[in-house]
Amino acid sequence: MSEHLLSIVLFTPLAGLLVLLFIPGTQKNLIRWWANITAAAGFLVSLPLVFGFDKSRDGYQFVEKLDWIPALGVQYIIGIDGISLLLVMLTTIMGFLAIFSSWDAIDHRVKEYYAMFLLQQTGMIGVFISLDFLLFYVFWELVLVPMYFIIGVWGGPRKLYAAIKFFLYTLAGGVLMLLGILTLYFQHAAQTGVYTFEIAALMNTPMQLWVERLVFWSFFAGFAIKVPMFPFHTWLPDAHTEAPTAGSVILAAVLLKMGTYGFIRFSLPLLPQASSDAVIVNVLVALSLIGIIYGALVSLMQRDWKRLVAYSSVSHLGFCTLGIFALNQSGLTGSVIQQVNHGISTGMLFLIVGVIYERRHTREIKDYGGLAHVMPNYAIVFAFAMLSSAGLPLLNGFIGEFTILQGAFQANYLWGAFAVTGIIFGAAYLLWLYQRTMLGEVTNEKNKGLPDLNWREWAVFVPLMIWAVSIGVYPKPYFDILEKPVAQIVERVNSHRTAPVLAEIPRPEIDPR
Amino acid sequence: MSEFYTSTDHFVLLPALMLALFGCATLLFDFWVFPHEKQRRWLLLFLVLGEIFAGVAYWRQQAFLNDHGGVLTAFNGTLTVDQFALYFHWIFLITALLVGLISYRYFEAKREHHGEYYALVLLAQAGMYFLASGTDLVTLFVGLETMAVTFYVLVGFLRADPRSNEAALKYLLLGGFSSGFLAYGFSLLYGISASTKLSDIALAVANRDPYDPILYLALVTVTVGVLFKIAAVPFHMWAPDAYEGAPTVVTAFLAVGSKAASFALLLRLFLGPLEAARDAWEPLLIAAAILSMTIGNLAAVTQTNTKRLLAYSSINHAGYMLLGVVAGNATGIQGVLIYMLVYVFMTIGAFLILVALNRDETSGEDVDDLRGLMSKNPAHAIWMLIFLLSLAGIPPTAGFIGKYFIFLSLIESGRYVLAVIATVYVAVAIYYYLRLVKSMFVEDPEREPTPLAVSFGTRVALVVSGIATLLIGVYPEPFIRFAQQSFLR
Repeated sequence: MSEHLLSIVLFTPLAGLLVLLFIPGTQKNLIRWWANITAAAGFLVSLPLVFGFDKSRDGYQFVEKLDWIPALGVQYIIGIDGISLLLVMLTTIMGFLAIFSSWDAIDHRVKEYYAMFLLQQTGMIGVFISLDFLLFYVFWELVLVPMYFIIGVWGGPRKLYAAIKFFLYTLAGGVLMLLGILTLYFQHAAQTGVYTFEIAALMNTPMQLWVERLVFWSFFAGFAIKVPMFPFHTWLPDAHTEAPTAGSVILAAVLLKMGTYGFIRFSLPLLPQASSDAVIVNVLVALSLIGIIYGALVSLMQRDWKRLVAYSSVSHLGFCTLGIFALNQSGLTGSVIQQVNHGISTGMLFLIVGVIYERRHTREIKDYGGLAHVMPNYAIVFAFAMLSSAGLPLLNGFIGEFTILQGAFQANYLWGAFAVTGIIFGAAYLLWLYQRTMLGEVTNEKNKGLPDLNWREWAVFVPLMIWAVSIGVYPKPYFDILEKPVAQIVERVNSHRTAPVLAEIPRPEIDPR
Repeated sequence: MSEFYTSTDHFVLLPALMLALFGCATLLFDFWVFPHEKQRRWLLLFLVLGEIFAGVAYWRQQAFLNDHGGVLTAFNGTLTVDQFALYFHWIFLITALLVGLISYRYFEAKREHHGEYYALVLLAQAGMYFLASGTDLVTLFVGLETMAVTFYVLVGFLRADPRSNEAALKYLLLGGFSSGFLAYGFSLLYGISASTKLSDIALAVANRDPYDPILYLALVTVTVGVLFKIAAVPFHMWAPDAYEGAPTVVTAFLAVGSKAASFALLLRLFLGPLEAARDAWEPLLIAAAILSMTIGNLAAVTQTNTKRLLAYSSINHAGYMLLGVVAGNATGIQGVLIYMLVYVFMTIGAFLILVALNRDETSGEDVDDLRGLMSKNPAHAIWMLIFLLSLAGIPPTAGFIGKYFIFLSLIESGRYVLAVIATVYVAVAIYYYLRLVKSMFVEDPEREPTPLAVSFGTRVALVVSGIATLLIGVYPEPFIRFAQQSFLR
């Protein structure tokens, strides 16, 4: 039993989905109950991963290995280290909460809706635990289909445009990444004669720098679109805005992390020379910084509440990629923690938009104002989520951003300096949003008499708030879990770092005059 | 047996004999025993029996080859049965069976249910037999014409429908034209080698410079002829019209059977005798492949007729398979074989859903006819989704495995630019497949939901092709092994 724990975690949602298919579509409540039970079960079976995880150990744990397509050297290898553990837990928790929050919001085609969510759960967990590159790719693409339907069927007014844009962008990135994977596969085979997609084996493939660069850019296409990094972010505002609330939550909280996870798990350790190459690092950091500042500035300009939150993701994910390409312990650790934090905070922000959207069916910021008088509890929760997203100390956002900035300053003062402005802008657009929607007098007649949070909405927010505080107050367990795997990656990258880069990186802030 | 017809000859020829005999028997019995239209369903039994007999003969050939290795040659080397030929024979057999299963209800609804149909399917398959097994120019040509002529008739099978007639005429004219090219090329090949046997031609070609004008002319004309048959750009003009006008079941047969057989011919020629002149023909095929993917994809985007859309999509698929030939390494050829197998199931599956949608004159042919299929008939909608995702090459469906091999072979042979082009077109293609998906799942049905006309045969064919599409995607190992052992060298 315990040796198949990870497979159980992976396939629980899928098994639930198979049962769900046999429930007649007219039994809406039964379907809701079953989907929630499955999602809860998915979370519960993933708990033993946390308790059974040995953070003092190097390498992967709960590993399972089976031959899948021996003719191609594809294996079913799954396993987790600290990084994947956090993301798997994020997936199972956010997945459950997203499904739970849809109880009232979705009333037509309920069965298909939950089926898509469950399918997506399996896909996302699969991405985070695959240790075989082709297996990873299969899960990576598998996630696209349910999300396409979630946006396209249950989304907002421009749902079809958003759904197809999402699909085309990420698919294009995905197939380009596949070419990189195949190149790597042949490079490995050419050197060892063994055809395999196993990550651990592929790591021992010394390549010429130009090949590594080529492969890096092909991975970049897949991951950067998914993250999304500037200038590949244009699908994100549309998809996030048009998706139903739970869809936005999953998109922001989990789906985007597939990209950053890809960088950490594959780009860095598999292509250490290229990832520490001066040109590549500078380009990626520059794109991250542009993403941070641009995302924040565009957020300031938004009139649509949900779009604002969507653009804030571009900014926050910029921090994550900045942390990754700081290429040091603090940067990477902060990046992973920030990924979890972004899942919590932005997930909450989307849920908050969802709550008000269900009551008023408009997302225009100017339609609101003074909601704190009408819905005091709601205003408190929103304040909490906003501050957590803005990075107030003692809340989760602070831990991630602070650690990333620490890493960025270590690598280069200039990077840190630019990134800090992102935090300032971040506070600005969030506080301004809060002011325009919650504070002041109730300007719109329709907003009077809106009901405050009901028990189900509380039930979604409370666990997230507790989680946010717990990270903010006592982040040590997260740092402990991440220490070993991150150290391994950092060491691997730095040992391949070519000499001139080391000399170059700390320099730019010195003025020659 | 005499030396003109040895027992080996018989052993090799038997499947084709069976197909032809059962085809002729169908014609006889149609008049004789089943005069009424309702009874003609029983003629399907002849098709099935013919396939069973042919299948047994294939099985014995396969067993012989597995035991003894090597190849079986007959009639002085004009016919060859090797693992490669058998692989295609199995594909033809599956195709004909699936097409037969979905046909009867369709023609009954169109009031054109004639016994000749089953006879023609069997005879076409007999022609395909010679295309995959022939190792002599004359045999190949005769096989090709047998197949082509039956298809001309099949395309025009709806006598009362002007579109069907128009399609048949177009197909006949352009098909005849392409056969002329091919015959011209063959005659030149005969001219340089003084023999019609592929083995002799191989020697003659190898002794010449690939850019030798006569040889080059032969290569170009043969390439043109073959590209016509597989419907690759720029010789694809006939395909959308013929696909659209033909009865939908025949479209499925044309898209799969004819294309598979023509690819068998292409592989037999280009990787056999013409391999030595690869330098000369490779650029031609590369150009055709890139053009096919470009035109196929871009033209499909704007189509509103589902059959035309699938026609362009099949042009696109031909482009991918050509890339496998271009790569030319073991992976590439395996890739073409796997791709072909996958293509059979997913294409027939997609057409099958269109057949099931067929209610009156044109229904099932417009993209809008798919509207709200999910609320009308969820099972069919989900199967169609799987076929479309497979056509687009999204894992874990079979289509991904096919594309995967093509990419693999291109990377392996260092053709990175081609690989990038091929992958980018995957993203383009998904756009129009998703249009169909959108119609089925997102939009509401226009009219009152009417139940689909799903016959027992359609149901069987649907389940078979659907499960195969998923199975090859999820557990491709046995299929890859099968393709590997059928590898042609």
